Amino acid sequence: MLKVLKAGLYLSIQDLGRFGHRDIGVPIAGAMDVESVKKANLLLENDENDAVLEITMTGPTLQFDAETYISLSGAHIVATLNNEPIDNYTVIKIGKGDILSYGRLEKGFRGYLAIKGGFQSEKLLDSRSQFYPVTKSSRLKDGDEVPYKETVSYEPKISEVKIDDHFDHNVLKVYKGPEFSLLSDGQLTEIFAKPYSVSKENNRMAYQISELITGHSHSMLTSGTLPGTIQLTPAGRMIILMKDGQTTGGYPRILQLSEESIAVLAQKKFGDELKFKLV
Amino acid sequence: MKSYPISIKPFGERAVLVEWPEKVSESILADILDFMDAFKELKIPGWEMSVAYNSLTMVYNQDHIDFEDTKSMILECHERQAKSKTERVQHLWTLPVCYDLEFGMDIEEASKTLGLTVDELIEQHTSHQYVVYGIGFLPGFMYLGGLPSSLEIPRRAEPRLKVHKGSVGLASKQTGIYPQDSPGGWNIIGNCPVDLFDPTKKAPCFVKVGDKIQFESISKAEYKLHKIEGEVGIYEPEKVVLNA
Repeated sequence: MLKVLKAGLYLSIQDLGRFGHRDIGVPIAGAMDVESVKKANLLLENDENDAVLEITMTGPTLQFDAETYISLSGAHIVATLNNEPIDNYTVIKIGKGDILSYGRLEKGFRGYLAIKGGFQSEKLLDSRSQFYPVTKSSRLKDGDEVPYKETVSYEPKISEVKIDDHFDHNVLKVYKGPEFSLLSDGQLTEIFAKPYSVSKENNRMAYQISELITGHSHSMLTSGTLPGTIQLTPAGRMIILMKDGQTTGGYPRILQLSEESIAVLAQKKFGDELKFKLV
Repeated sequence: MKSYPISIKPFGERAVLVEWPEKVSESILADILDFMDAFKELKIPGWEMSVAYNSLTMVYNQDHIDFEDTKSMILECHERQAKSKTERVQHLWTLPVCYDLEFGMDIEEASKTLGLTVDELIEQHTSHQYVVYGIGFLPGFMYLGGLPSSLEIPRRAEPRLKVHKGSVGLASKQTGIYPQDSPGGWNIIGNCPVDLFDPTKKAPCFVKVGDKIQFESISKAEYKLHKIEGEVGIYEPEKVVLNA
């Protein structure tokens, strides 16, 4: 078991997501930054869908009760194992009773902790991703325990890699959304000529953009939405749906983020600058 | 039967949006469901589809898609659909609702606004059958169509931070049930004791798009009984087959 001594800001179990249940209104959930999860799992020779912990800004304090191997990825958050500093993208041996704790956030917003064989929490609707009401809670709390399998020895093919972070830039690649044609020339110029910033309203469901653009008075029937869908409210607010975002919505879907850009956005926090680029 | 024209739009790297004429109509919905049946006949793994009123979102979970190839596959399927009609089983579900003031905190004010007595509002709300045009927004939340115009009332000026699970609401042309605690701006007129989403069941949501819902007014005592029956897993909502 992994014991959560302190959960930090927002700690949750995630795999790549819960697919095949949109028709009953269940969002995909899953890791916000899939790119980072895949890399961490690869280093441990895990399946890329093996469950990891997603750490948001302020990291947790965690204690392991059995031997295993871990790797960290995503945001750069100062991490220590029994008070010794450890790095992202390194295979780290864990002993019984070891304590992993996190400190200052240096870059990005979401860190990942992968474990040999993946975390073994209950699968519900084909996924371990925490999302209420599919799972009992959307996040881990102080004192929670997360099961994993003991691994006494493991010879990694590669024990450390230097990886350029995919989120070292602020350009989001977007495709035309289903209601793209509603945008006026003026709105198009606004969207693609100016930089924007991430609003305080940003979480696993959606990221809002701080600056308003020219609004609209178009009303439409509720229709499907996806992670990465950019909705435009009548007031001119751009809302980018993320992994826990609702499966349907009634605002025009003007743009759609590329999947790579969802992973980039997942590493942005309040105040960070963004630019949109049509592909 | 002739089917409606469709338009197909790209929707990111692995999805397309198929749209039927922009109307809330039972025959359009039937056409969408026919198309889905025809598409499922192709037995291509990895596709998931979700309906909302006049549109179908089709997502390919396994890989990125080529839009033009996908479009021609869909058009071909739409052609074939007109020729082969499949039989579909649809249900009319009777869902109990307790309209007591304890649950329906807005029912008195809503009645006043609508120029009805509380009893008349309940009578009208329970005497219609509502079509399920989609499930979304929250797991198990049904988009219901067919509300009589006499029950159309604007959303509340200020949304509530917490609307309780099971709350039955009215908002403009819609009526519906909150399947879980949620913020919400609808006028709450009662509460339904039935779980609309249960992830531990093989079919977490018993209602399907295309089914119909009719509400039945129950007393507080019946409400409590159904709630307990639900908790111990012996409550089965009443249903009849629509197109038998």
